[in-house]
Amino acid sequence: MTMGGEWLIRDARQLGRDQSDLLLRDGLIAEIGPAGSISAPAGAQVYDADGLVALPGLVDLHTHLREPGREDAETVESGTRAAALGGYTAVFAMPNTEPAADSAGVVEQVWRLGREAGHCDVQPIGAVTAGRRGEALAELGAMAESAAAVRVFSDDGNCVDDAVLMRRALEYVKAFDGVIAQHAQEPRLTQDAQMNEGELSGVLGLTGWPAAAEEAVIARDALLAAHVGSRLHVCHVSTAGSVEIIRWAKGKGWNVTAEVTPHHLLLTDELVRSYDPLYKVNPPLRTADDLAALRAGLADGTIDAVATDHAPHPVEDKDCEWAAAAFGMVGLETALSVVCAAMVETGLLDWAGVADRMSVRPARIGRLGDHGQLQGQETARPNGRRAGETDVPDEPSRASGGVRFAEGQVANITLVDPAARWTVDPAALAGRSRNTPFAGRELPARVVATFLRGCPTVIDGKPA
Amino acid sequence: MKKHLLSTADLSKDDALLLLDTAEELARLADRPIKKLPTLRGRTVVNLFFEDSTRTRISFEAAAKRLSADVINFTAKGSSVTKGESLKDTALTLQAMGADAVVVRHSASGAPHRLATSGWINGSVVNAGDGTHEHPTQALLDAYTMRRHLGSLDGRRITIVGDVLHSRVARSNVLLLTTLGAGVTLVAPPTLLPVGVGGWPGETSYDLDAVLPKSDVVMMLRVQRERMTAAYFPSAREYSRRYGLDRHRLGVLPPHAIVMHPGPMNRGMEIAAEVADCDRAVIVEQVANGVSIRMAVLYLLLGGSEPAGAPSRGGSQLSRQADDGKELETAEVAR
Repeated sequence: MTMGGEWLIRDARQLGRDQSDLLLRDGLIAEIGPAGSISAPAGAQVYDADGLVALPGLVDLHTHLREPGREDAETVESGTRAAALGGYTAVFAMPNTEPAADSAGVVEQVWRLGREAGHCDVQPIGAVTAGRRGEALAELGAMAESAAAVRVFSDDGNCVDDAVLMRRALEYVKAFDGVIAQHAQEPRLTQDAQMNEGELSGVLGLTGWPAAAEEAVIARDALLAAHVGSRLHVCHVSTAGSVEIIRWAKGKGWNVTAEVTPHHLLLTDELVRSYDPLYKVNPPLRTADDLAALRAGLADGTIDAVATDHAPHPVEDKDCEWAAAAFGMVGLETALSVVCAAMVETGLLDWAGVADRMSVRPARIGRLGDHGQLQGQETARPNGRRAGETDVPDEPSRASGGVRFAEGQVANITLVDPAARWTVDPAALAGRSRNTPFAGRELPARVVATFLRGCPTVIDGKPA
Repeated sequence: MKKHLLSTADLSKDDALLLLDTAEELARLADRPIKKLPTLRGRTVVNLFFEDSTRTRISFEAAAKRLSADVINFTAKGSSVTKGESLKDTALTLQAMGADAVVVRHSASGAPHRLATSGWINGSVVNAGDGTHEHPTQALLDAYTMRRHLGSLDGRRITIVGDVLHSRVARSNVLLLTTLGAGVTLVAPPTLLPVGVGGWPGETSYDLDAVLPKSDVVMMLRVQRERMTAAYFPSAREYSRRYGLDRHRLGVLPPHAIVMHPGPMNRGMEIAAEVADCDRAVIVEQVANGVSIRMAVLYLLLGGSEPAGAPSRGGSQLSRQADDGKELETAEVAR
């Protein structure tokens, strides 16, 4: 990667609103002006962004890069290349690698591999417990103080189900402003579980995964976080009940944040009728009612962030019978389009809302200072919409009152063509794995360019 | 008829009646001195069993052989679940051998569906029991047995008792019997009924004694003793007291009602030995009827698609083939 000198982005619609010119220099947004107001300095490269929406570079709180250990499925290099193509300038790498990222050594390795690849920032997440075994705390402080400066800790894939261990973890990370990202899944209630428990699981003869197994853990953890005054982040919320519990916890003023995956915003358990393991994922695809509640929760801010849970798997782990297949779906290259289909085209979020849920808030939760930077306050949106209600969005706040890019910010920018439509071709994905549930599906919006600290990582939809 | 038999939900009422009628006709042929039909001569039927079930396998084997098919028994020791050869590689092997039909038994729900839709094989797939999903030929032979004793199933009341949650037999029966016009009542402790069973056709009850007097058929499902350790019910004795079919409960049934069990039975658990052996129990007959039903399934899935002999109903075509078969068999014996 060359530090690419100066770039002038012309006529981009900031957060989908007013057209602006953005001059990027030395990794920062050096100048912002009305469309056509900035003339290109000598030697600067000009990118015509007429018709494109400029967003702050996307931030993924939940990515599986599989390295070290499962380089057949993904590497830090391949995963971050896919991330950049998906519009991401930063990804949080989950620690369920082999070995697990439960020590300063492993998190520094992942962090360094990310720096070397250069496609986007890689912020490792540290394991909460040694070996992700749920028995004893990992050396959280050592990971926090390492070069990787870990702030988010998770045993993702496993739930920290021991209440005492969870309490201690929540307490301990307060020392360095950390957050525990919980994979909420009561293990006994979900033993051998294969899909959402409901009428369909009974018909298909697949062991059910009750919503209560997720909701009970979220409720417990919210109470624990409140009790010890710490930060809790809930990974991949998948049920209407979870949204309600999180809304309740936030209403109490507790420090609870949550994420939802793109696939839970667009797909339901009806797809499991095919017995095609492409639709096998943890947490499982849920019902249409859950999906409506998740969309409403994301729209009203109860759910803070969209996180991909990008989970690459080699072909043989999906080309088999349902029970034998691995859980997980890739998502980095489709996330923005899926969010556009589920939230923007339905009128639930405008582009400023997308920027908030896919960049600003995830960066804030993960304490990533260089990302998700915007200036100003969004006009308040009414809270407390109930799940399932038809959600008519408020008139999007105009640039005068809303957030916007500011001069001096780090130039992490994603340019999106909101009018594009494309068909997902698994073979065309940049990541190493092909397990997308959106294969053959036509989706709206396409990432055209991604700038990381003022340098393009993607230009014209291709790696720069 | 569709190309595959994966679920009884795939069968229309006409399909189901055609299968039952065909089985009846084939059963009559079984009384003739030479039982074999040439219908599937040159066709290969593979019995692909990832799960031990000698009873079901030999039933399919006998059915295929009576239709003159070549039969290959493929018993896979352990599926990909236990890191043996994968379902896909097994399927590709069978495809290379030119299997016209694959009869598959698998511990994973949906495995036959996967075989039928993945493009790994071209032949017909017959589900011979998949996990806790379905067992269509068992339901067909059950319906066949009921029809022999009760006539049309329209309006008949069928009570299925036991571990519905884990029973592929129950699922296939609920769907098929409903299609055939019968009313099904599922009876079990609440722990052994699936969440969402309220959306299934028919009714559910926790009270066996209340349901028995209005039942034309009572079908007892096998309850595995292992379920006890997973807290589905407190003890085998308590289960037996509340949901077992004993002599007293047998007396509550209407006089014409029959007792069924898909086997293998836990005598003394879900069914008392004296009930299993009484003259109202048609359990052994169910086994015998299995061969006729499986012949009908293979005949209609494979033979029925032959351009030369594709009867819309089993009837005359079958009789003609039976005569041909006799000649053929005789000729072969003479040679």
